[in-house]
Amino acid sequence: MSPSLFSAIRAGLTKTREALIGKIEQVFTGKARIDEEALEELEAVLIQSDLGVKATESIMEALRKRAEEGQPVDSNTATGLIEEEILRILGADSLRPELAKAEQGPTVIMMVGVNGTGKTTSAGKIASMLSKGGHGVMLAAADTFRAAAIEQLEVWGRRVGAPVIKHQEGSDPAAVAFDAFEAARARGVDYLIVDTAGRLHTKSNLMEELKKIKRVLGRAGTGAPHEVLLVVDATTGQNAIAQARVFNEAVELTGIVLTKLDGTARGGIVVAICSEFGIPVKYVGVGEGVDDLRPFDPREFASSLVSH
Amino acid sequence: MPVFENLSAKLQGVFKNLRNRGKLTEKDVDLALKEVRMALLEADVNFKVVKDFVARVRARAVGEEVLASLTPAQQVIKIVHEELTDLMGGQSSKITFAPKPPTLIMLVGLQGSGKTTTCGKLAALLRRQGRKPLLAAADVYRPAAIRQLQVLGSQLNIEVFTLGDKVDPADIAAGAMERAKSFGYDTVILDTAGRLHIDDEMMVELERIRARVLPHEVLLVVDAMTGQDAVNVATTFNQRMGIDGVVLTKLDGDARGGAALSVRAVTGKPIKFVATGEKLDALEQFHPDRMSSRILGMGDVLTIIERAQEAFDAEQARKMEEKLRKQQFTLEDFLNQLQDVRKMGPLDQLLGMIPGLGKAKALKDLQVSEKELGKVEAIIRSMTPEERRNPSMIDGSRKRRIAAGSGTKVQDVNALLKQFEQTRKMIKQISDASRRRGPLGKMPFMP
Repeated sequence: MSPSLFSAIRAGLTKTREALIGKIEQVFTGKARIDEEALEELEAVLIQSDLGVKATESIMEALRKRAEEGQPVDSNTATGLIEEEILRILGADSLRPELAKAEQGPTVIMMVGVNGTGKTTSAGKIASMLSKGGHGVMLAAADTFRAAAIEQLEVWGRRVGAPVIKHQEGSDPAAVAFDAFEAARARGVDYLIVDTAGRLHTKSNLMEELKKIKRVLGRAGTGAPHEVLLVVDATTGQNAIAQARVFNEAVELTGIVLTKLDGTARGGIVVAICSEFGIPVKYVGVGEGVDDLRPFDPREFASSLVSH
Repeated sequence: MPVFENLSAKLQGVFKNLRNRGKLTEKDVDLALKEVRMALLEADVNFKVVKDFVARVRARAVGEEVLASLTPAQQVIKIVHEELTDLMGGQSSKITFAPKPPTLIMLVGLQGSGKTTTCGKLAALLRRQGRKPLLAAADVYRPAAIRQLQVLGSQLNIEVFTLGDKVDPADIAAGAMERAKSFGYDTVILDTAGRLHIDDEMMVELERIRARVLPHEVLLVVDAMTGQDAVNVATTFNQRMGIDGVVLTKLDGDARGGAALSVRAVTGKPIKFVATGEKLDALEQFHPDRMSSRILGMGDVLTIIERAQEAFDAEQARKMEEKLRKQQFTLEDFLNQLQDVRKMGPLDQLLGMIPGLGKAKALKDLQVSEKELGKVEAIIRSMTPEERRNPSMIDGSRKRRIAAGSGTKVQDVNALLKQFEQTRKMIKQISDASRRRGPLGKMPFMP
């Protein structure tokens, strides 16, 4: 990863890091050895970063063990431990952010997620990134439900210079996906990005609709969709785990796009999702610009999160 | 309603354990509260809020009076219920309307929290309450945001004021107020662009709009799925904009709703509305006491009654009563009733509000029931009007035709006819009884 990418992610995470480190230091100020009260405070700090109960517990266990062994646990050891643990959970080496590639025909990327996480925007940003990399890109407006979602994607299509395949609002999204695939194959584009409607994972009929889109794509082209990306808003709390679980069961996620990381949200929820399902984070959104989507690197993420 | 399902299930588990003990010691209470604390934290309730909450409950719960009472567990649950209600604001609070119309309601919030959709829902709700709303599109940044509001406006048949996306949002707001004044709209609902609370430039823009048009209500729209960051967002928006209330969206998911519990506590500003579905009528007044009942699995009968009152028109109910009494109740009426019941909302939501049914387990089978209802509707719709009025004429051949027409089996048609016959008998018994005791209640029966 180039230094500029690193600093961009770092900048996006600065607030997170400062808040986390600041709080951890508060906890340990003036304490050579950790006491039970301080441990409880630390537990709270981790939970407030949306890290998830499981990850928090495993970190707390390691810290307690050190404290019981009589080892001095100061703020340095604590942050080191947290970084280690996050890296372990994110599986720094085994997970790769690159997109899968179809052996022949267009590579199909399907964007899924609950309402308002930034699916359409992320689809546009990924299209821009691929198009700048010299690939032919096409967009499929399979969000036929939300008012003006199609127009929103069309604006992105014009920005990026990618054709947008669409039907009427309210039409069958699977049919849009199918037509888009046929068009993508006929025109020989490299990537087809399918934007789907936001849906709460608790609406089983809408999840069935999503399964159908995937099925139809699978019948249209071998191995399609090659990527199913869950778009997760970094401000989401523990509910993102439920989202990941249900979407994964329905359409087998291949990766996560973590958006809106430029706010004060901790983004710690990614750690929890990785810990539960082993789904890699592929991209992070760190701003409002067309180019503010970055490949995700677990190592950089972990160190940005806890290093000084 | 599966709102707060996880939190609700956890807390109910804790209290079940508590109830199984006859006498409670201080230690029992502490143990239970420790679990309550964990449940709240897992539900994304802000850490400080949880700490205060647990401390308050404990202070009240370990008193001699509670522990020595005959039903200590019940007492503790009652305290938790009261404190939860209190945490969410106690009383439900309403929109403040300007003494001299038009009232300006301004919606603000992060990207993707649901501002534009909420604008549409709020306009629909206010119109149901007899007001004349105008929608104003001041999100000039997100592609097609104005178009989205226009589509919502045309669905609702409510005018949308726009000056395009090349105009300063403050000018749009001022223009909308002018429009409202000259065309007799009494409420203007202003949609603004989503923005991060730490984006100074965008926050300055909001302050500028506020200074220009002086909104009577600034509502912060918050996604119910927000994590610990919700309090930071709410605090910042409140400091800069002086919000008057909060709209909580996407409550129809399984969000644990920590945001709901925290936002009021840290800002002191009430949650005024909650959005509970994708349809444009799915916006409700927020009632803290009812919500805390739902969380604790005590049900929410009040909301059911209100929804019934909205769904059933009184005149229709009176006619129905007449028909029932005169034994003229037909399959056609049956179908109308069915549709009225469905107007009240999805069945799983309704049943979730019934005391004792709020648990996830009980709601599992309900998707089937929703399907069953659809089936019944299809069968009746496949009958001729004559058949609907006089089901006894439906013979074997007709049954086969109806089954084929509705995509069901003859057995399904038989089952429905049998059920209808039984219902008729039941109505006869009830109306015979009520003739002696006075008129039937205003609430129509449920099939």
